Amino acid sequence: MNPDLPVLIVLGAVSVASALGLLLSRNAIYAALFLVLNFGVGAVIYLVLNAPFIAVVQVSVYAGAIMVLFLFVIMLLGAERLSPGENPPGMSFQRPLAIALGGVLLGLALYVLFVRQPPTTATALADSSPMAVGLSLFGPYLFPFEVVSILLLVAMVGAVVLTRNR
Amino acid sequence: MDSTTFVAFLSSILFTIGALGVLLRRSALLIFMSVELMLNAANLAFVAFAHRWAQLDGQIFVFFVMAVAAAEVAVGLALIVTIFRTKRSTNVDDLAALKG
Repeated sequence: MNPDLPVLIVLGAVSVASALGLLLSRNAIYAALFLVLNFGVGAVIYLVLNAPFIAVVQVSVYAGAIMVLFLFVIMLLGAERLSPGENPPGMSFQRPLAIALGGVLLGLALYVLFVRQPPTTATALADSSPMAVGLSLFGPYLFPFEVVSILLLVAMVGAVVLTRNR
Repeated sequence: MDSTTFVAFLSSILFTIGALGVLLRRSALLIFMSVELMLNAANLAFVAFAHRWAQLDGQIFVFFVMAVAAAEVAVGLALIVTIFRTKRSTNVDDLAALKG
């Protein structure tokens, strides 16, 4: 019996419940807070999976920076009140079709993950400390790392140009 | 069932909920948050498989996905704010015109 499994089952239940809360929420602020809960639970799952660096980055970047940006924009626009989800005019088939396609997507993902490629035996990760991640980032992955820094700079300039008052 | 199998299962459920959010919700902000949920589900799968095959590369890829998500959120929210200034709405059904 895997000792991590009960912890993961509890975390998974909270994670799915908060995702459903995001899907069904009538208020954008509540939806954003459900998403923060989902990201926090994700960070704990990363810790269980022996990825402490990713867990901390998840909390500081996702739950911190990205969701704060979302909450700022929702409050800035005053767009927290959402209309109940309706079919777009003239497309009454859209919602049932979307739910059916979602079921197909889930079925395909489970088929590819579990039927077509049966799980192999698990091995323990030798070293996943932040030091090992950093050595890998600045060693074999140095070029992608520099490309990402340019991408972030371009995104920052783009955001400033788009929201500039003319 | 080992941890990796369970997290891969959880990841596919979360990805489906995110895809349903993109298809069912009409607010641009909610659609955007659902995209973040899908990216997070993919990250969970990356870390789960890094755990199984004892490779650090999965965790490095999660780091890059997070950086791209941050860039995407900055530009996307700037677009939503700009559209809201002209259309006074974040409902995607109000954005049906191709002419500005």
